[in-house]
Amino acid sequence: MLVLLSWLNELAPLGDDVDTISDAMNELGLAVDGVSRVGAPIPGVVTARVIETQPHADAERVHRVFVDAGDGERLHVWCGAFNMQAGDVVPLATVGTTMPDGREIGRRQILGIASDGMLCSAAELGQGADHAGILILPADTPLGRPLHSALGVTEDVVFDLDLTRNRPDAYGHLGVARDVAARLGVPLLPPSPTLAVTGPERVATVEIVDPGRCGRFVAVVLSGIEVKPSAPWMAERLTRAGMRPINNVVDVSNYVMLELNEPNHAYDLDTLGGGGFRIRRAVDGETLVTLDGVERTFTTEDLLICDAEDRAIGIAGVMGGSDTEIGPETTTVALEMAWFEPVGVASTAARLGVRSEASARFERGRDPYGIDRAVARFVELLRETCPDLVVHAGLVDARGDLPPEVRAVRVRPERVNALLGADIPAPEMLARLGPIGFTATLDQGGILDVNLPSWRPDCELEVDVIEEIARHVGYETLGRTVPKSTVAGRLSPFQARRRLVRQVLYGLGISEAMPNPFLAPGDLTRAGLDPHGLAIANPLVAEESVLRTSLRPGLFKAVAFNASHRNDDVALFEIGHTYRPAETPLPDEREVLAVALAGRDGQAAVPVLNEVVAALGLAGRVRIDQVVPADQPGLHPGRTARIHADGVDVGVVGEVDPGVLDTYEIPGRLAWLELDLSTVLALEPAIPQWRPVSRFPSSDIDLAFVAGEDLAAQDVQAAIAAAAGELLAEVELFDVYRGSGIESGQRSLAFRLRLQSADHTLTDAEVAQVRDQAIAAATEQGATLRGV
Amino acid sequence: MNDALAQARAEGLASVAAATTLDELRSVESEVLGKRGPLARAKAGLGALPVEERRDAGRAVNEAMAAVQAALDTRSAELNAESRRVQLASERLDLTEALTRPRRGHAHLVTQATERLEDTFIGLGFQIAEGPEVETDWHNFEALNMPPSHPARSEWDTLFVEHGPAGSTVLRTHTSPVQIRVMETTEPPIYVIMPGRVFRRDTPDATHMPVFHQLEGLVIDRGITFADLAGTIEAFTKAFFGAEFSSRLRPSYFPFTEPSAEFDIRQPDGTWLELGGCGMVHPNVLRAGGLDPEEWSGFAFGFGIDRMAKERHGVGDLRDMYTNDIRFIEQF
Repeated sequence: MLVLLSWLNELAPLGDDVDTISDAMNELGLAVDGVSRVGAPIPGVVTARVIETQPHADAERVHRVFVDAGDGERLHVWCGAFNMQAGDVVPLATVGTTMPDGREIGRRQILGIASDGMLCSAAELGQGADHAGILILPADTPLGRPLHSALGVTEDVVFDLDLTRNRPDAYGHLGVARDVAARLGVPLLPPSPTLAVTGPERVATVEIVDPGRCGRFVAVVLSGIEVKPSAPWMAERLTRAGMRPINNVVDVSNYVMLELNEPNHAYDLDTLGGGGFRIRRAVDGETLVTLDGVERTFTTEDLLICDAEDRAIGIAGVMGGSDTEIGPETTTVALEMAWFEPVGVASTAARLGVRSEASARFERGRDPYGIDRAVARFVELLRETCPDLVVHAGLVDARGDLPPEVRAVRVRPERVNALLGADIPAPEMLARLGPIGFTATLDQGGILDVNLPSWRPDCELEVDVIEEIARHVGYETLGRTVPKSTVAGRLSPFQARRRLVRQVLYGLGISEAMPNPFLAPGDLTRAGLDPHGLAIANPLVAEESVLRTSLRPGLFKAVAFNASHRNDDVALFEIGHTYRPAETPLPDEREVLAVALAGRDGQAAVPVLNEVVAALGLAGRVRIDQVVPADQPGLHPGRTARIHADGVDVGVVGEVDPGVLDTYEIPGRLAWLELDLSTVLALEPAIPQWRPVSRFPSSDIDLAFVAGEDLAAQDVQAAIAAAAGELLAEVELFDVYRGSGIESGQRSLAFRLRLQSADHTLTDAEVAQVRDQAIAAATEQGATLRGV
Repeated sequence: MNDALAQARAEGLASVAAATTLDELRSVESEVLGKRGPLARAKAGLGALPVEERRDAGRAVNEAMAAVQAALDTRSAELNAESRRVQLASERLDLTEALTRPRRGHAHLVTQATERLEDTFIGLGFQIAEGPEVETDWHNFEALNMPPSHPARSEWDTLFVEHGPAGSTVLRTHTSPVQIRVMETTEPPIYVIMPGRVFRRDTPDATHMPVFHQLEGLVIDRGITFADLAGTIEAFTKAFFGAEFSSRLRPSYFPFTEPSAEFDIRQPDGTWLELGGCGMVHPNVLRAGGLDPEEWSGFAFGFGIDRMAKERHGVGDLRDMYTNDIRFIEQF
């Protein structure tokens, strides 16, 4: 909303201290996005008449222009624009002028001939963007006068306000003036014209077919109109407020809207079938060409203004039709001022994609009881250009379901102070509310009876009034205290474990990626996954129309992107949500960890899992089971294991299917880990209990076994550990060997057992016994001791 | 005797001085001080001397042995030091030959910002709540004082999910629905922040992403006031940005708070940074969360995390934060 200082000052004496006014606006919630000063005179720029133009034989891009700046002296300027001819009046920046962009005009010489200044374009004068040529002024402009006074341009300040949805009143200068005047303690001087009937009865009939959507419709016939340009002052104001001047009738209509926030429409009565209005819902498929020349198609949800013969002539609250537009021949108009139900206007405007000045105002809720004043103001302003204007008797004021004119709410002063943490006396509350139209009285019980102004339809509750009091007392004057929290600030155990997982991953050199959770329709299939994901009903683009059911497509893309930028060994992880269709009120949403190690085979992912599991204190409770082929599509059938925690399936570890990698153009192998954090982080780890560190020497046994490829090392190790019993301090797989000396289909697994007793030095016999037990256990698993 | 001793002593000292390695020194030691060495023999010969000479002669032998031993010790230390010097000199490593591995992994910028914020609020006595990203329309809008026809809904460009009846399931457009979930499950006093991922139907550009992150705060207790809100925002500002920063509240509008405010941060250079929105929890929202607004009051605040990370590190384009390019990730 563009608001002019001169206009505000007409409505309340706010003064000209722009900073004070701007601060007041901001402190009231009328956020000032920008302040611009317009129409400031440029000393040195005067009006001049072109005497003649002369080309110069040695200059192609400039010519010589001779001008008279009013005193008869023949001045000479070089000029690069050619759009003027003898007799035109143009702006001349004389030598020594400082232009709005800071440039100083000197006595420039071209081909040895000096210039007595510069002719200016509109853009050079800071009046718009027109660089195309020199600004040509009206022929009757007096010569030799400062440009701005010659043109009658006035200085002004334009505030660009970013208004919130709860301030429909501020869509009119009057509403802004009322708020700022109250803040600055100056009176509000609203226009208060009265409507005088000056002609015989002439009625524009009104039939409200849908009273639920049309609460009020006022129609009055005005004749004696002569359509012509508006007075310069009005055209200047409208332009500065962001509207294009069109003709006196349309301009007055817009002016009243900008001043009073009362949108209205003037129809050429002669084009109005049956000479009246009918307000009804549209028929499905009904069409209308609106003022902007676009043909609109309606549904039964849209409210139309029709003429008395039921022909659509406007979309209620949104835009008028082109047929009934005011034209040069118009002499008689039917002026409409109506109140339409805001939600209906909003949904029609949204569905049609039309956001007009009117719809923005109707949507937020205009003042249904400000219509009478607005009609009078319209007539008063139009009469300035149409002295023969006749207001006909027979104004129609049709009513549908309208919000009540008087709305009251009880406000408890102690509640105001309790909520604000303030100590505002009740009389001060009254004093703050009065100037903004919330007239209130203090009843005998100490409660404020507050009448809510009809221009603030957003207000209905006690708390709405509390906000008004807070705004006008000033947010900055309210205190600042810190509540005494009795809550201990901390991460939940689940959240603390999540951070622990992150720390482990960073320590392992794995960085965090954040891929897009939206997928293209083929992405799941491409990753070898079930194609059924949740669809987004209204995606912005088809490539982002499915919610991921897995973190795979996103991380695969991230790996591929890095590989294509010569980083084919990245180690990335993501902790993010997956969403799967489910028969529950909400989809099955889980938090998942995925790790991708580019250029590494499946075994590389297992230590990552082990470190994460160990850090979470779940080492004994998590195991992996190598899958049978086809159990995990998208992953390498021979290099994938399921992860179980306490026997529950919580993820997979291994390697991505090379076929999938091909479709992503990922070179090399990709080790992969996927862990359901929603489950895993919820597991309560046992608190590690102290075991005394033995003071006695330990003994190591190295045992190498030959085992078939289908015998899991994990199983052999577990069997050895179990057999070694309580003397076992540690067991690790320290070497795997395939090749010469080992049959194909087999490999050698070498384990190192460290034995130690808490209370004595082990004897050779004890060590030998553990060795025999371990060998027996491994043999039972199907392994053969190597080298015997 | 004296001459022989003096000669033995002189020869011993000379041999010690002449030894150039520890091995040589060890043979010198056994030669000179050994049982068959001249000094040992001199000592053994003491018994043959007359009693009156024995004492002086003994002292002379002992002095000679001590002198040689001292020379041996000194020389041994010198040779040890020299040998260590040579060894260390030969072991020189060029430490700038460091290979690039191992490298630490890097947290995403948004995670870094989120955790810093979380830690600040934990210090201010807040806990952290989380909620689903796919939400019911009720939690995302209706419970937040935006019934189905509420015009403000259009300000959130909502993405709808095909789940349940049409329009009933959305990708949450803000973290505010977590407020309702917290109220549904937690008895006041409530002091929580709710960081998380949110979604808008918005074309990505340098400052907007359709998927981004917010942090929401909620305090509900008896007697919570607007002054408590302003004080908490100020305390957060100083704790997170630094003591030389301050905050202000400006009236604004959100359907789920009243009075509502925007909060701005004043930076040390005097410029203002618009950070987020806040306000007193609207009575209708408290009711939707199952709380009586006459008994409980509270405030809420919220702001974007991505923008905070972007500005802290001077990232020119928000989209760069989501390319997952390792060359970007490893900068932070």
